[in-house]
Amino acid sequence: MSILTFAIISIIKSVAVVFVLLTAVAYSVWLERKVSARIQNRWGPTKVGPFGLLQPLADGVKFIFKEDLTQPYVYKTLYIASPIIAVVFAITAISVIPFGNSITIGPITTQLQITDLNIGLLVVLGITSMGVYGVALAGWSSNSKYSLLGGLRASAQMISYEVSLGLSLIPVLILAGSFSLREIVNKQQHLHWNFFYLPFGTIAFFIYLISAYAETNRTPFDLPEAESELVAGYHTEYSAMKFAMFFMAEYSNMVTVACLSTLLFFGGWLGPVFGPPILQSLLPVMWFCLKVFFFMFLYVWVRWTLPRFRYDQLMAFGWKFLLPAAIVNLVLTALVVAWKPEIWLVH
Amino acid sequence: MIPLFFYLGLSGILFVCGVLGFLIKRNIITIFMSIELMLNGVNLSFVAFAAHWHALSGQIFVFFVMVVAAAEAAVGLAIIIAVYRTRETLNVDQVNLLKL
Amino acid sequence: MHLILFLFFGGICVAGAVNLLLQRHPINSALSLVVVMASLAGEYLLLGAEFVAAIQVIVYAGAIMVLFIFTIMLLNAGEEERTGKSRVAIMLGVPGVAIASVLVAWVLLRHSGTGDVALFALPGVPHDIAQLLFHDFLLPFEITSILILIAIMGAVVLASKPESIAKPSAAEPAEQEARELVASGRER
Repeated sequence: MSILTFAIISIIKSVAVVFVLLTAVAYSVWLERKVSARIQNRWGPTKVGPFGLLQPLADGVKFIFKEDLTQPYVYKTLYIASPIIAVVFAITAISVIPFGNSITIGPITTQLQITDLNIGLLVVLGITSMGVYGVALAGWSSNSKYSLLGGLRASAQMISYEVSLGLSLIPVLILAGSFSLREIVNKQQHLHWNFFYLPFGTIAFFIYLISAYAETNRTPFDLPEAESELVAGYHTEYSAMKFAMFFMAEYSNMVTVACLSTLLFFGGWLGPVFGPPILQSLLPVMWFCLKVFFFMFLYVWVRWTLPRFRYDQLMAFGWKFLLPAAIVNLVLTALVVAWKPEIWLVH
Repeated sequence: MIPLFFYLGLSGILFVCGVLGFLIKRNIITIFMSIELMLNGVNLSFVAFAAHWHALSGQIFVFFVMVVAAAEAAVGLAIIIAVYRTRETLNVDQVNLLKL
Repeated sequence: MHLILFLFFGGICVAGAVNLLLQRHPINSALSLVVVMASLAGEYLLLGAEFVAAIQVIVYAGAIMVLFIFTIMLLNAGEEERTGKSRVAIMLGVPGVAIASVLVAWVLLRHSGTGDVALFALPGVPHDIAQLLFHDFLLPFEITSILILIAIMGAVVLASKPESIAKPSAAEPAEQEARELVASGRER
C-alpha cells in the first residue's frame, strides 16, 4: 500500500489504541474500587450510574476542577515535567503490543498492532526502564523530605526488580527464538502456552509476575506510595491533574504488564476461532481482552489480600532470592532446550 | 546516503564536549558525566564504521564499551559517595589535599 | 530523508552535550545527558543497529543515568560554585582541546571522500549479533561478566558505612565477660 494509506491507517490505529487504553485505565480504577469493596464486604461505587459505572467520569471531572496547588519551593520545571514523563512512557509502551491477527476492511489488510518491531520486547523493557525517571524526578523536584525518600525508595526498588524481570523473560525468548511479540505468540499455538512449559515456563511466569508487581509499585511492594508510610511518597506534593497523571501512569503500567503476561505466557489472542472472516478477526481480540481482564483482576485481588513488604525485606527479596532464581531458571531452560529442542514436559 | 564523515564529525563533537566538560567543570559528578559523554561519542564512531565496512564486530564492541562504562560508573559513584562522606563537598577544587 | 533525520537527531545530541556544559546544577546536566543518549539511540537506528539502540536505551539511559541521578539526589548536590583554584586546567586545557579538535577535523575533512553510508546500512539483527558474541567474542564476554562482578563487589565495599565493618570488635568485650563468668562459675 502507498505511504499515504499507511500513514493514515497508522494514525487511526494509534488514536484508537490510545483511546481504548485510556478508557481501560479509567475503568481499571472502577474495577479496583468495586473488587476491593467486595473483598472488604462493602458495596463500592453504586450511586453514579448503574453499578457505579460512571464513577470514572465523575472522578475525571473532579480532578479537572480541583485546585492545582503549586508550592513555591519546588523546582518548577522538573515538578511539571515529572508527571508528563511518567504518563508519556507509560502510554508509549502499548505501541508494540499486538491484540490479534490481521483485520481486513475492504481492500486494506492491517495487523492489529500499531507496529511490529522485531525487537518489540526490548522496546517495552526500554520504555519501562525510562519510566523510572518520572518517579525519581518527582521525588527530587518536590523539595520535601517525604517526597525525596519516597522517590529514592521507589526508583531503587524499580531498578532492582528490572533485573529479575529481564532475566525471567529470557526463557520465553529461548522458547520463541525472536524478540518480536507477534512471533512469541505465534509459537504458542495449540495450547503450547509458555506457562505450561513445566517447570521452567511456570517458574518464569511467577518470577515475571512478582518482578512486575514490584516494577509497577503495587502491593505487596507499594511501600514508596502507601498512605501510612512517608505520607504519600513521591506524589505527596502533587494535587489535581498532576496527581491524576501519576495515577494514570501507574494503571497504564499495570495494563502493559497484564498485556505482556498474556502475550508471553498465556498465548495472547490464541483461542477457539470460528465463523465468518470478520468474526475471525475479532474473536482473538476478545480472548486477549478476557485474559488481560483476568490479570487486572489478579492485580487487584493480590493488592487487597496481601500485606506489604518492609523496604529492606523487599530489596533483600529482589536481590537475594528472585535474581538467583531467575538465573538458575534461565540456565536450566537453556540446558533443556539445547538437549532436546522438541521436549514438551506436559503433553 | 550520507558521507561517513558526518557521523564521525558528530562523534568528534560529542567527544570534544566531553573533554571540555572534564576540564572545565568543578562538580565531580558532572566530570563523571563528561566521561560518559566521551564514551558515547566513541560508541557512535564504532557503529558508524561498522556500518561502513559491513563488519558486525563494531556493534559487538559497542556492547563491551557499554559494559565497561557501567562497571566504571558503579565503582566511580561509590568512590564519590565515600569521598563525600569524609570531605563533605563535591567540588574537586576542595579535595586537593591528602589531609582532610 | 536520511539527512533530515540525521540532522534532527544530531542536533538534539549536540544541544544536549552543550547544555551539559552550560548548566550549573548537576541534575540538569544529568537530564541533558539522558537526552543525548536517547538521541544517540536514534542515530544507531538510522545506521541499522537496532539491537544496539535498544540496549543503549535500556542500559545507558535507563540504568546508568538513573544511577547518576540517584547519587545526585542522595548527596543533595547543589549548584556549582566558582572557585578559582583550577585555573591551570582551564588555561591549558581549553586551547589544547581546541587545537586537538581542529587537528581531528582537518584529518576528517582530508579523508572526507571515504564514502557514503546508506540508511539502515548494516542491520544488526539480534540473531547475527548473538552468533558473533557467543562464538568469536566469547572470551571477552566471559571476562566482562567477571568485570561486572568485581565492580559490584567494589561498589558495595566502597559505599558501605564504616561502622558495619567495625561491629564485630564491639562484640568482643561482651564475649570476654561472658567467658569469664562461665569460667568463674565452673571454679566454684
